[in-house]
Amino acid sequence: MTTTPAEPELQERLQAGFDATIARNDRIEPRDWMPDDYRRTLVRQIAQHAHSEIIGMQPEGAWIGRAPSLRRKAILLAKVQDEAGHGLYLYSACETLGVSRIELTELLLAGRQKYSSIFNYPTLSYADVGTIGWLVDGAAICNQVPLCRTSYGPYGRAMIRICKEESFHQRQGYELLMTMMRGTDAQRAMVQESVDRFWWPSLMMFGPPDGESPNSARSMAWGVKRNSNDELRQRFVDMTVPQADALGVTLPDPDLRWNEERGHHDFGDPDWAELAAVIRGDGPCNAERLRHRRTAHEDGAWVREAASAFASRSAEVAASASAGPSGGAGAR
Amino acid sequence: MSADRREWPLYEVFVRGKRGLNHVHVGSLHAPDDAMALRHARDVYTRRNEGVSIWVVRTDAITASSPDEKDPLFAPNGDKVYRHPTFYEIPENVPHM
Repeated sequence: MTTTPAEPELQERLQAGFDATIARNDRIEPRDWMPDDYRRTLVRQIAQHAHSEIIGMQPEGAWIGRAPSLRRKAILLAKVQDEAGHGLYLYSACETLGVSRIELTELLLAGRQKYSSIFNYPTLSYADVGTIGWLVDGAAICNQVPLCRTSYGPYGRAMIRICKEESFHQRQGYELLMTMMRGTDAQRAMVQESVDRFWWPSLMMFGPPDGESPNSARSMAWGVKRNSNDELRQRFVDMTVPQADALGVTLPDPDLRWNEERGHHDFGDPDWAELAAVIRGDGPCNAERLRHRRTAHEDGAWVREAASAFASRSAEVAASASAGPSGGAGAR
Repeated sequence: MSADRREWPLYEVFVRGKRGLNHVHVGSLHAPDDAMALRHARDVYTRRNEGVSIWVVRTDAITASSPDEKDPLFAPNGDKVYRHPTFYEIPENVPHM
């Protein structure tokens, strides 16, 4: 990391080099010089994204034991494991910016870094597992696909791996809902009720409207963000409406209709006051999610300590036996 | 939360996608030792047959060129155009070259 501000000339030259890289639509890599605000913005966004993946394991993880068949349990288990993996890809990308994983974990546990508002809603029925896959992961895909081209190299590469796996998440959810829609009236009602609850929070996942998203313009100029919140929200609505039709559910918005002139669907405004409240910490499950994450972290402490103790003991034994490193059979 | 302040070291992970390809850097992870790093790498980076071989190496064991030295480091071959095949003019009627 470049620390010597030296002469203003050097600053200008570094800034010009950075600007030129962004203008060429090229990627910024970890050891390149970058403006402090660019680094801070990325740390905030990538950490929030990583935390979302980790907290996002909870709403669905709660249904692994209650999923109705071994097949559904195995699918859900694989999905929740993917979320953990996505969190790790993103923490790894974030660490290239000079923050440590422990720091990030502690900021989350202290409530000083955020995660996506959507995970502060409860999963009340098994249909929610399907709805989360279809709508929540669908919205996440809309958000994430453009991020594969984000200007910071490690973030974009993590997003590429994540997007490949999200497709499985969305399809398993939709297939689950299709299966329930072919079932009994009670099952169909369960799907509809779940969609009614998750529709508006899913639209909120894209963030506040463009006019009230103060950092958006700068993030777009830096190539960190590639599309505005409202653009992505519109894209999501347009993609989802035909999927809802095929599924046989209604979306709970009286203002939702096709607008021939615009070539897009018109739709109503989510309750922005609700989004603000959930972000502030007053959503239905905020406290529960953080409490669970803290407990999991503390319960895992002995595992981390034991592994560290084993590693240092093994190193001591190896050193005193003056044996070479194990597995030195030549990497190539 | 205070007893485990000592963070596990960072490892870089390289995966060979299939036979015939080079190992490629895919990301990093923390692990207490080399053996656990390999296991974690399998779980984090190859859940869907992404690889047939994994290397893990402690990040602090890697020596990297600095981006600030990019010009002096790579400049010397910039003017050696004779290292490229297009430098040499061969008549049109000479085949297979």
